[in-house]
Amino acid sequence: MKKYTFTEKKDTRSGFGAGLSQLGKTNENVVALCADLTGSLKMDAFAKDHPERFFQVGIAEANMIGIAAGLTIGGKIPFTGTFANFSTGRVYDQIRQSVAYSGKNVKICASHAGLTLGEDGATHQILEDLGLMKMLPGMVVINPCDYNQTKAATIAIAEYEGPVYLRFGRPTVPNFTDAEQKFEIGKAVILNEGKDVTIFATGHLVWKAIEAGEQLAALGIDAEIINIHTIKPLDEQAVLTSVRKTRCVVTAEEHQMNGGLGDSIAQLLARELPSPLEMVAVHDSFGESGTPDQLMTKYGLDAVNIVDAVKKVIGRK
Amino acid sequence: MDSTTELEKIVPQVRRDIVRMVHAVNSGHPGGSLGCTEFFVSLYFKVMKHNANQFNMDGVGEDLFFLSNGHISPVFYSVLARAGYFPVKELATFRKLNTRLQGHPTTHEGLSGVRIASGSLGQGLSVAIGAALAKKLNKDENIVYTLHGDGELQEGQIWEAAMYATAKKVDNIIATVDMNGQQIDGSTDSVLPMGSLKAKFEAFGWDVISNDNGNNIATVVETLATAKTHLGKGKPVMILMKTEMGNGVDFMMHSHKWHGVAPNDEQLAQALKQNEETLGDY
Repeated sequence: MKKYTFTEKKDTRSGFGAGLSQLGKTNENVVALCADLTGSLKMDAFAKDHPERFFQVGIAEANMIGIAAGLTIGGKIPFTGTFANFSTGRVYDQIRQSVAYSGKNVKICASHAGLTLGEDGATHQILEDLGLMKMLPGMVVINPCDYNQTKAATIAIAEYEGPVYLRFGRPTVPNFTDAEQKFEIGKAVILNEGKDVTIFATGHLVWKAIEAGEQLAALGIDAEIINIHTIKPLDEQAVLTSVRKTRCVVTAEEHQMNGGLGDSIAQLLARELPSPLEMVAVHDSFGESGTPDQLMTKYGLDAVNIVDAVKKVIGRK
Repeated sequence: MDSTTELEKIVPQVRRDIVRMVHAVNSGHPGGSLGCTEFFVSLYFKVMKHNANQFNMDGVGEDLFFLSNGHISPVFYSVLARAGYFPVKELATFRKLNTRLQGHPTTHEGLSGVRIASGSLGQGLSVAIGAALAKKLNKDENIVYTLHGDGELQEGQIWEAAMYATAKKVDNIIATVDMNGQQIDGSTDSVLPMGSLKAKFEAFGWDVISNDNGNNIATVVETLATAKTHLGKGKPVMILMKTEMGNGVDFMMHSHKWHGVAPNDEQLAQALKQNEETLGDY
């Protein structure tokens, strides 16, 4: 049974901007920091409405993370904003020591993640960020799938005490989750119930999993589709319950195979419920310049790749 | 605590704590710790407004201190304990398994008095600026203090933070650099000469105050008091404080060699002979 409705195409980063703007009005402890990408991160509304709580740090991401950690001392809830590459790889040690190890209530909000950043090329297209962040003890890692869910996640993480990595993207993509749906950190969302295979997807690949599911239905394959918006902590119960029923798995993500969602699910299943598994992800490669659609096709992250992976994994049951 | 004489009584005891702590586990950083003893004693027993008995992470209504060069944890721990943040006897657990007194300071084990982890260098100034901004938002007029090593200034993040503090008029912060001129591989001039730090920080727009005798407690107290009068004028304040690494233990002075080396039994005995037990060993 389908549990989604396509409405319009919107970018997930605007969901973040809308969520942050709402938080600015409802929670006076929320502050925001940006490293010269206010427009790209859609933080303009917050900056305009709450200039005293918005900190433009310039092109100095390490300093931004440190200042954010310091702002928590005094009860503030800082949201940092820059591209995913500069939110993670560039400042890994600052996040590790000043935020994660220090247990600070910083929300690291990262746009332009993955290949769909497009033409800027591999220097900006990080495909390792989920892995980097999920390895940090105590770090919550969230990769919502559309505008509505990104907005809801932004609002939800302000209520959670502790460090969070929130990943979203640049392009407009289908907006299909319920605008009123409450975002529960660590709670997987079943989008389609099925019995033949489970497709676990995250971020932009969730809609592609839905498209794949429709193509599979036409072939007589009944796919269960689950949106894993929280990579860490992983909803292990939801994964195991579904795989006990379907007995085979495809994972889909805009990330390296190493360190991503598929890696987390493979670890869990290897321990608890060994099952045939295929991963739709980037295979140990950097990206390159191109349009988002061209790149997703070239690197094998389209619905057709999910369909192929499903056919393969069902054959391994 | 008021008189310089009373502060001076604490200093040799803190030095004893430092050398005993590192000797006990045959590891740790005595050199920089000994060189900054007068600074820490001045700060925690005279200058800072703080509440040792009821430690609160947010520190609203208090002055805050951030140690950016976390390797000099022995002096930090000794002074925190002697000031009442935790029992003095806990100094005996330094660097031992299950201790709250980790090799480098951390909030992870819930040790009172520590508000951020430090050790990986260059991060403390940014954190302190964040805490200073939170104080401004909270209309809290208390002060944020930091300490940095001079070698630590080779880290780029320091200069990102230095640029920010001036540009955004963070004028409720007093940063101090421990100018002992030494780092692990040798003198700072032999490893990576940094030229005039005064000129550099002034060029970055800081209000820079120099103290050429950071091992004289009266001058340290005076410099910190002067620095306080410079706050609230649109500029962050920097104290460049010359110290002698290993100060108070003659064979540890005038060299970079005691940066991260513990004394043996005989050396410990010598060091203790040079520093009177004034408050009782832990």
